[in-house]
This record gives sequence, C-alpha cells and structure tokens, in this order.
Amino acid sequence: MRTLIFALFFGYLSVISGQAIASAEGIHLDDVEVDLADKASLQRGAKTFVNYCLSCHAASFMRYNRMAKDLDLSDDQVKENLMFASEKIGDTMTIAMRAEDAKKWFGVTPPDLSVISRSRGTAWLNTYLQTFFIDDAKAVGTNNAVFKDVGMPHILWEQQGYLHHDEETGHLTQVKEGTLSTYDYNVMVADLVNFLAYVGEPSKIQRLELGKWVLLYLFLFFLVAYPMKKAFWRDIH
Amino acid sequence: MSHTVDNSKRRFLTTAASVVVGGAGAAAVAVPFVLSMLPSAKARAAGAPVEVDISKLEIGQLITVEWRGKPVWVLNRSSESLLTLPALNDQLADPESDVSSQQPTYAKNEHRSIRDNIIVLVGICTHLGCSPTYRPDLAPADLGPEWKGGFFCPCHGSRYDLSGRVFKNMPAPKNLVVPPYHFLGDNNVVIGEDAQGTA
Amino acid sequence: MFSSLMGWVDARFPATKMWEEHLSKYYAPKNFNFWYFFGSLALLVLVLQIVTGIFLTMHYKPDAALAFASVEYIMRDVEWGWLIRYLHSTGASAFFIVIYLHMFRGLIYGSYKQPRELVWLFGMFLYMALMAEAFMGYLLPWGQMSFWGAQVIISLFGAIPFIGDQLALWIRGDFVVADATLNRFFAFHVIAVPLVILGLVVAHIIALHEVGSNNPDGVEIKKLKDKNGIPLDGIPFHPYYSVKDIVGVTVFLFIFSLVLFYAPEMDGWFLEHANFVPANPLKTPLHIAPVWYFTPFYAILRAVPSIAGSSFPGVVAMGLSIVFLFLLPWLDRSPVKSIRYRGNYFRIALVLFVISFVGLGFLGTQPVTDLYTILARVFSIIYFAFFVLMPIYTKLDKDKPVPERVTFK
Repeated sequence: MRTLIFALFFGYLSVISGQAIASAEGIHLDDVEVDLADKASLQRGAKTFVNYCLSCHAASFMRYNRMAKDLDLSDDQVKENLMFASEKIGDTMTIAMRAEDAKKWFGVTPPDLSVISRSRGTAWLNTYLQTFFIDDAKAVGTNNAVFKDVGMPHILWEQQGYLHHDEETGHLTQVKEGTLSTYDYNVMVADLVNFLAYVGEPSKIQRLELGKWVLLYLFLFFLVAYPMKKAFWRDIH
Repeated sequence: MSHTVDNSKRRFLTTAASVVVGGAGAAAVAVPFVLSMLPSAKARAAGAPVEVDISKLEIGQLITVEWRGKPVWVLNRSSESLLTLPALNDQLADPESDVSSQQPTYAKNEHRSIRDNIIVLVGICTHLGCSPTYRPDLAPADLGPEWKGGFFCPCHGSRYDLSGRVFKNMPAPKNLVVPPYHFLGDNNVVIGEDAQGTA
Repeated sequence: MFSSLMGWVDARFPATKMWEEHLSKYYAPKNFNFWYFFGSLALLVLVLQIVTGIFLTMHYKPDAALAFASVEYIMRDVEWGWLIRYLHSTGASAFFIVIYLHMFRGLIYGSYKQPRELVWLFGMFLYMALMAEAFMGYLLPWGQMSFWGAQVIISLFGAIPFIGDQLALWIRGDFVVADATLNRFFAFHVIAVPLVILGLVVAHIIALHEVGSNNPDGVEIKKLKDKNGIPLDGIPFHPYYSVKDIVGVTVFLFIFSLVLFYAPEMDGWFLEHANFVPANPLKTPLHIAPVWYFTPFYAILRAVPSIAGSSFPGVVAMGLSIVFLFLLPWLDRSPVKSIRYRGNYFRIALVLFVISFVGLGFLGTQPVTDLYTILARVFSIIYFAFFVLMPIYTKLDKDKPVPERVTFK
C-alpha cells in the first residue's frame, strides 16, 4: 500500500514532464549520453571548449584547478594545454572581452556557459551545435535550425563543413565537406556537450558517489530500526 | 513470564543497535555542515601564493604585499645591520627561533631567512593581531638609545628586532611568523609556498 | 544521580512534566496508519530546512548583482555547499508533498471536526505561512523563474481595486521586482516567516495535545478510560510512536535521498531549467509557471475570466479557494468523522475534489489552450462546489454506525 502510494505520486511527477525543455522551433532534439566518468571525453571536450568557445563565452563559475582535479589532469597539464585566458590555476574561466564590446559586435552578449547545460539541456546543445546552415541573409552568413537568427557564427565550420537547409522540408544536407567526417564531428560535439554538462554541475561527480553510501546507510538503519519498532509493538493487541 | 523477559531484552538490544547506528549517521550528517565553514575554493584561490619582484628592493627598504588578506613584509636588510643582531640575543625571548610554529625549518637559522639579507615576515603582532611599524632608525627618541632598528607595535608596545624576534618581557609572546616562501631565480620571491610546492 | 539532577531541574523548570505531557504520557490512539506519519515528517523537514537554511545564509548574498552567482558559488566553491543547497531545494518540495498528504489525512478522517477546529485553523495558518515562505525563498536564486514568478504573483496584488497599484509598489519597493524586493524577501524568508512558522507549530501541537489525536476510525478514545484514567485504546506516544515514526522517517529519507542524489532537479519540477538563467527584467521566458506546489491555485486564477476589464475576480477566486479550506470545520455537518463510516455523498465529493485539485495542479503547469481553459473552469467549479455544497450533502448523507472502540488489526 505504502509503496503503491509513493509509486503513484512519483509517477504523477515524471509522466507529465511539463517543464521539459523543447526547442522553440519544434525540431527534434538528439540527446547525447552524459558520462562524467569518461575522463578522456571530458578532456577532449575541454580542449574544444578552451580553443573555440572560451574567447567569446566565459564559464565564470568554473575554476581551472577544480577542472584539473575532476578531469584527472595535473595543474601543470591544465596550465600548459588548457589555460590561455587566465594566469592562476585557481582562477575561473573568464574572458578578456568586455560584455559591452561583445554586445556592440554581436548584437547580444554571448552568454556565460557555466550553467548552459542546465538551462538549455544537453539535447538542445548537441543539436544546436550540429545544425548550423548557410544563410546569406544573415550578417554572419549562417543560421541555426534550433536557434533561429542566432548571432553566433558557425565556429566549428572548418571541422563540420557547411550544411544547406531546405526551407520546405527542413532537411539539412552537407554542401561542403569539413576536415572531419560526420561521425567524427558528432563525436567532437558530443565530447563538448559532455564537458558542458560537467561544467554545469561539477559536484555531480561527488553527488552520485555519495548517494550510494547514503542509501546503503539508510537501508542498514532500517534493518535495525524496524526490529526495534516490532519489539516495542509486540505487546499492543 | 519468560515472554516478558525475552521482550525487554529484545527491546534493549534493538534500541541499542538503533542508537549506535543512528548516532553514527547523525554524526556523519554533521560533517558536511562543519566543513562548509572552511575557506571556500574562492578563498583558497584568493589566498594562493603571491609572487614578488625584489629586483628593485633597495637596501633597508621594506615592501608590504598581501597574502591571504594578511600583510607580508619583504625587507632587504643591510649587511651592517645583520652584524648588530647576534648582540641582542640575551635580550630576546626566543633568539634561536626554537618555537617551531613561527617559521619553516629552512628559516630556523641565525637570520631567520633563506638568503641572509632578505627576510620575509607576516606583519602581524603575535600579541593581539595588530600590524607593527617598521622602525629602521637608530636610537630614536621614543624607542630609546638601545634601539638598533626593528619593528614596534603601536597597540601595546611590543618590540621586535630586524629578524622579527621579540624582546623579553613584551606583551607579545612569540617571534613574528615567517611564512612559507621560496625564491624563483634571482629576482622573485614566492610567498605562501615553499620550494616543494606545499603551502 | 540522574533522578536527583532532574529533581533539581523540575523544581525550577517543568522538564519532566512537559516530557510526560507531550511524549511519555501523551496517549495516542493505537490504530494510527500510514497517513499518520506525515505530521512528524513535516516537523523533520522543518528542522532540515532551518538547519540547511542557516548554513546557506552564511554564503548567500541577497543582492541582485550577486545573488545568482552566490548560489553557484555555494554549488561549486563552498565545501559541501552543493549538498546543503540540494537538501534545501529538495526539502522545499518535500515539505509540500508531506503537508499535502498531512492535510489530506485530515480531510479523510475528519480531523478538522469538533473538538479539533483550532488544530485545523492553526494548521491552515501554517500552510499559508509555508506558502509565503516558499514563494519568497524562490526569489532568492534570482533566476528567470524566480524573477518572473515573483513579478506575476506580486502583480496579483495590483489587481485589487483602488489600492492595488500602490500596494504592489509597496511590496516590491521598486517599479519592478528589483534589488529592494530581493533584499526584503530575504529578510522575510530567513527570519520573519520562520518565526511565525515556529510559533504556529507550537500552537498547532499544544492544541492537538489538549484535545488528543484523532484516528482512522474517528472515535474519541477519551470516552472510554480504564481505572487509572488512561484511554482504553490509547498508548503512550513515546516509545510506541517514536519508534514507529523512526521507521517512517527512514523510509522517507530513503525516497528523499533518491531524489536528492539522483534527480535533484526532478526533471525541472523541483529546480526549473529557466532558473539557471540569471534574472533579466527585459526578457520573459517563453513559458512561465509557478513551482508545482502552487499550480492548483494558479490554475484557478487563470480559469476565471476578467470581468469589466479587471482581473480582480480571478484573484478573489484564488483567495477564496484557500479561505474555504479554513471554513471546513463549519461546512461539514455530518456527525461522523472518518471516511470509513461516511456515506457515499461525501466519498464521491472527496474523490471529485481530489481529481479536480490534482487536475488543476497539472493545468497550472501548462500553457493556456482552449481545452485546458475549459477543463480548468470545470475543475474550479468542482473545487468550489465541494465546499459550498458541503453543508447540504453532508447533512443528507447516509452515514454508517461508528463503533465504540477503534479497530486494530
């Protein structure tokens, strides 16, 4: 009976996922598997992030030394390979570009990416990074299928090449090859999204780790508390 | 009758087990709350080692840098002033720097420093936390004819010599603290970290 | 040794007397079931919220320029800050789950009825204080949902004729929700409302212990006592219900931990996605809705059309939907408390009420469509009919005979 009630209640919450994020354009979003234990993927994602994102976008809540620890890198490895925008290993991932200047150049200030994976969701990010297409009507020359008229240009065009967007069907077709195959490009984006998911909540690593022990403890406590209840209630008839 | 005895034993045992397991759990829950009051990653980053260029530090000059929010002095002592220091030994509370909490082992020496002339000190009086003033002048009127240069704390009058060693019978009980530090090349000193990289 | 110490204390402070009155000699009916866990669970969650709240206050900055970043600072830079913050955010939703189940228990077993009217009233004031507490706390992360949620709710006060605009301005302390609003909500959230809640909890429990607990049979156990004056169907709260509640607490904490450690956002229900975007007074998110525990009332608000160009009727309806809950003890005319011995009218009415309440809760989370508006209106009518018609259908109902003693196993 008790379990049934809880099941019903949580069922109610999860079935009607009313707060789920959908793309405003109604495009189907392809999710990627977030795996914070896959350090190699996170390291590749970090590399892409600092090389391509961290000039316009900051991640001003993320500290380099925290990243080093969580990504199984030494402070020196991070300093040499991933830290171009800051001086000290304890710094956060800030950028030199001032917000006002950015607004002048791009029309909007590129958002801070610290918690972008939590506001947009990984599926949106993954699809967004895969669906830039040529649009001559735009000043930057490209547009995006899930974020219409986005001010951001297609930063990874060298890797992906260019896509054409069919107005009628909405299909995207490759019109110019990039340096990477579609598969390799998707892996690159998946790694980047994985890294952004990490940046969104670095403590998730500890959270999942601690959770097991807390549940185990509560189970063990139940094993002593329930017999105690039974022992006391034996004489109630 | 034996049923009752059995049951009270059962009650006792299960209660004892619950108290032990529950108590351990409650203690474990307290840990994160207590630890949350330690310096955060931000505070630790702000308290990271500080690098100071001493190439322009003249003889007799003292510069103050901030490390972990505290004033840290870097003083370039003249060789003549170093010669006056051993003579003070019997007027000092801890001339040999025996109190190990006040300096790293590499600064437990005659001059309380790695290089003889350059001394690094945390500029906080060991009495009640004021910051003493640097008084290099010899025998000034207010400090008396015996003054060979050193540090004087305005709050309660504690006196230290140029190595930050406290005089006897002062309010301050201990010598000034030498923070962990090391040299990087000829001209840079890193405060807050010794040569092995530990803070 | 211990007894002489207690003697010394008792001569000066009624420690033993209070212990006996409220625990070791407080006789509770022996037939409490599943539904009777939620009172002590509510107390547990209250303590959890206060303790985690105190520790969050040590790091949080109630300043519009710093608030959002300080929450992320807690989540990343403060040691174990993420755990304390998730305990607090998950605790907020858990509080409402527990309280709704606790109130539902009162509804099905008639715990609001004579002689427990004041227990119910104190409880209802607690519920209102809790809503105020949750609403103001939700502004503090200073995300888009925090901001626009507060903007919408405060605008409700603006709909009050004549004084509305001035009132809303006074509440905000600025022309829109702004730094001043955040600062004062912080003050209310961390000290003013918690003090009210603690006071009401004491009143709620004192009133309950004065009249004694109800039970699933709705039988007054004080009517039948043994020669020592102890109710025949009563057992001392301590140790019997303390050990039982410990088991309940363990099960609750297990489920709570599942959410806390594996789904703290609860897919956007406990922590909304849009709230990870800093508040921006120039841009409303595409779809805004209150947090789930407010949505039934929000749906009622939206279901009522504006009359003569004023949205005030919706605000009145929303207010009335809570006022009616206060009046429950006097609307119910049946002499029977527990649903076990109630007639079918009440049972049907209650089922419809629950369906409409949950339905309104769902609709309140959804964007408005024609179908949903019609549904919301139907559910709202049922919601109010439950109360308005209650004096009639409870009077007409064919209740069953209530036993003398409680049923146990």
